[in-house]
Amino acid sequence: MKHQDIWILAEQRHGHIMPISYELITRGLALAAGRDCRLNAMIFGHSLDTAAPEALIRCGVDRVVAVEAPELEHFTVEPYAAAMLQLIDEYRPEIILAGATSTGRTLMPYVAMSAHAGLTADCTVLEIEPGSGLLLQTRPAIGGNIMATIKCPECRPQMATVRPRSTRPAPDTPGRTGEIVRRRLTGGQLSSRIVRTGFIPDREELGLQDADKIVVVGRGIKKAENIRLARELAGALGAALGASREVIDRGWLSYPHQIGLSGKTVTPKLYIGVGVSGAIQHLAGMQTAETIVAINTDPEAQIFKVADFGIVGNLFDIVPQLTAMIKEGKQPW
Amino acid sequence: MRIIIPIKQVPETRSVKMDETTGTVIRQGVESIVNPLDLYAIETALRLKEQYGGETVAVTMGPPQAETALREALSMGVDQAVLVSDRAYAGSDTWATAYILAAAISKLGGFDLIVCGERATDGDTGQVGPELAAALNIPVASYVNRITNITGSWCVADRRLEDGEEQLQITLPAILTVVKEIGVPRLPTLDGKIRARRTAIPIYSQKELQLPENRIGLNGSPTRVVKIFRPAVARQCQLEFGGDDRQNEQAVAKLFAFLQGREVV
Repeated sequence: MKHQDIWILAEQRHGHIMPISYELITRGLALAAGRDCRLNAMIFGHSLDTAAPEALIRCGVDRVVAVEAPELEHFTVEPYAAAMLQLIDEYRPEIILAGATSTGRTLMPYVAMSAHAGLTADCTVLEIEPGSGLLLQTRPAIGGNIMATIKCPECRPQMATVRPRSTRPAPDTPGRTGEIVRRRLTGGQLSSRIVRTGFIPDREELGLQDADKIVVVGRGIKKAENIRLARELAGALGAALGASREVIDRGWLSYPHQIGLSGKTVTPKLYIGVGVSGAIQHLAGMQTAETIVAINTDPEAQIFKVADFGIVGNLFDIVPQLTAMIKEGKQPW
Repeated sequence: MRIIIPIKQVPETRSVKMDETTGTVIRQGVESIVNPLDLYAIETALRLKEQYGGETVAVTMGPPQAETALREALSMGVDQAVLVSDRAYAGSDTWATAYILAAAISKLGGFDLIVCGERATDGDTGQVGPELAAALNIPVASYVNRITNITGSWCVADRRLEDGEEQLQITLPAILTVVKEIGVPRLPTLDGKIRARRTAIPIYSQKELQLPENRIGLNGSPTRVVKIFRPAVARQCQLEFGGDDRQNEQAVAKLFAFLQGREVV
């Protein structure tokens, strides 16, 4: 049986589909069009209701294979790998995409090793090579200093993890139909030498990756107390607050605020960098934003090379003025 | 307890330059260092040894000069080191690297724990840790930020997820990949440096490992790098200059109009 079709790993928590899954559908649909094949999703969980697979189908998946067992309720590597390997064996996918999440980045290498498949980590561009039909996988390497395009000429499936927030989620089309296959695997196939005994959610609800607008502070803010200026601008805009690595390393904001290669990747509608110089590692985490605005004293700052609008000037004068103007500009309700 | 620490020698990323005309990475004159994230794995292993006793062994695969990275691990306090090196291993992707490391680690004899860094700062894949676990058929817990207890047969650890921390009970032997929160790496000591210089580092080559050619090096690697290029950063930036109060006011007014045009304010 030949390898065929594009597959994605849809992630769920407590039966709810994680946002990365819809981003993978966007990627998968583009590739399926290039290969003229179907888009499938695999989802692993326990007692999944029909809402989850139906949502995937409405967003563009042709067939959902839901594998259910108590051992699959939460991610642990061995049961998830066993389930994925079982589906690889049965369906022989040509391509499997998963999110470059804590789950995807652990599961995919474990599976790729066992399946002798090629795997590319943290891709930001995926396309089908004309002629050969191979998956071209492009990813940043060496701290975002270079981009590398990788392919996998012979081994199948071709596997890739995809950087979260590097594309838009696929929109819902009410009434779209598709096939749902429910599979049960038995305990013996899913034994695990790791037991998940608890989970403590983070208290700080930043929502940085889901924010439409983000104000980001860089080293130019000079000291922790000055972050207040950026916070006020964020407040006026209804934006979340992020930071470059220098700010985190100095202890002015906590790590969950960090944007860039070693922090979060964001794709907001609006990014405003305040005193951000634009180190390549930072740019790797934000240059897919729809609109980029930068305020910096140095006209040569790298951030201006990726910005749509820049002000060369003193942020301590400019930011409060902008905040005031946004507040005034708002219609009184 | 016997702890193995696979490490990697990498170029100092901040000094990596690109050849603009050929689009290749210039490695000449770039300093080689121990992958900074591997230092956390070394620190973890050393702390576990201090607390529970045992032995730590650093392993690296690379060219002969990767021995320098092993000497640094030894100078931090690691007991033994092994260099896995052969021309036949050159060009290995993460799959082939994990395959070769698994063979080398099996040759080292038994172990209780393997501690890896989260990823290397050059390739940035973070794949070798989980791949090594699959190759050795042992479990892996990634992004571990705390180890709370270890007995002879299992380990209790916390793992950092996107939205919280999960607690895991892990049957040994196992692989942990650790993140920065695990603890600040110690510096090499003078005694350590002297000991490191005197420690013999065995080399495992194809002669010792005898691995099939279709599983090692470029031949054994499922992936191929097609091209390497500089990230494109090109937008048309409307640049305004602030200065005195009036200039600032004008620049801000233009920015506000721009934001209105984009329908974000």
